[in-house]
Amino acid sequence: MALGVFLIVAIVAVASALALVLRRNPIHGALFLVVNLGCVAVLYLLLGAEFLALAQVIIYAGAIMVLFVFAIMVLIPGKEETGPDPLRSQRLMAVPLGLFLLLEIALVLWGSRSGGGVGGAASLPQVGVRAGGIESVGRLLLGDYLFAFEVTSILLLAALVGVLTLAKRKSE
Amino acid sequence: MVPEAYYTGLSAVLFAIGVVGVLVRRNPLVIFMSIELMLNAANLALVAFGSGLATAEAQVLVFFVMTVAAAEVAVGLAIIVAIFRLRRRLSVDDLSLMRW
Repeated sequence: MALGVFLIVAIVAVASALALVLRRNPIHGALFLVVNLGCVAVLYLLLGAEFLALAQVIIYAGAIMVLFVFAIMVLIPGKEETGPDPLRSQRLMAVPLGLFLLLEIALVLWGSRSGGGVGGAASLPQVGVRAGGIESVGRLLLGDYLFAFEVTSILLLAALVGVLTLAKRKSE
Repeated sequence: MVPEAYYTGLSAVLFAIGVVGVLVRRNPLVIFMSIELMLNAANLALVAFGSGLATAEAQVLVFFVMTVAAAEVAVGLAIIVAIFRLRRRLSVDDLSLMRW
């Protein structure tokens, strides 16, 4: 089971990494990198590093990639949304897919209310204290590595000030 | 359980793809994204080793790598935008001012 998940995710990760390098359009590259980062997050989950999987999605796929997409949009002006729509059939697909997603969420919510079901609270694994678990990471981060943890906040502050200085327009 | 060697193998493949990306592409943004790919591959290897040793220290290390990567991306993109304002072009082949 775990091996099957690993193989599928590994293939997707390698394919998206290759696409990042081979596609000419940087915005496609950025989106493939998001796929790749998501795959690595799944691998973290497989390895039992839940905290890192969440941090990966929030920091990398969320914050860093938004920054990248923003920079690409600013530096490389794209085409406007005008003229005939080449993706019309795909866009028509979006409405049934959205309804399907709503149905799925409703099913999961209904399952959790009745206890059992697909996404019920009973089916969630119990998170206990174990080596490499989220609690031991927290204890290390705010215990043994507290100094390094605080230093990173200074690093982020320095990066913030540096970016502001670099991005400021010279006003005469 | 998936053997640890599979994770390190995948990490090596991703790292190599990142290196190739840095070498063959000319758009600094894509080069930057390839660097992120390499950072991620190294992180994956770290977490796999930590899982093999049943210790959480590797995850703490990866957390710090992520923080530094976030700072690095912010500063790097600001530099790229500043260069673009100066040069109006976006190709690393033009940036040979500091070459010996």
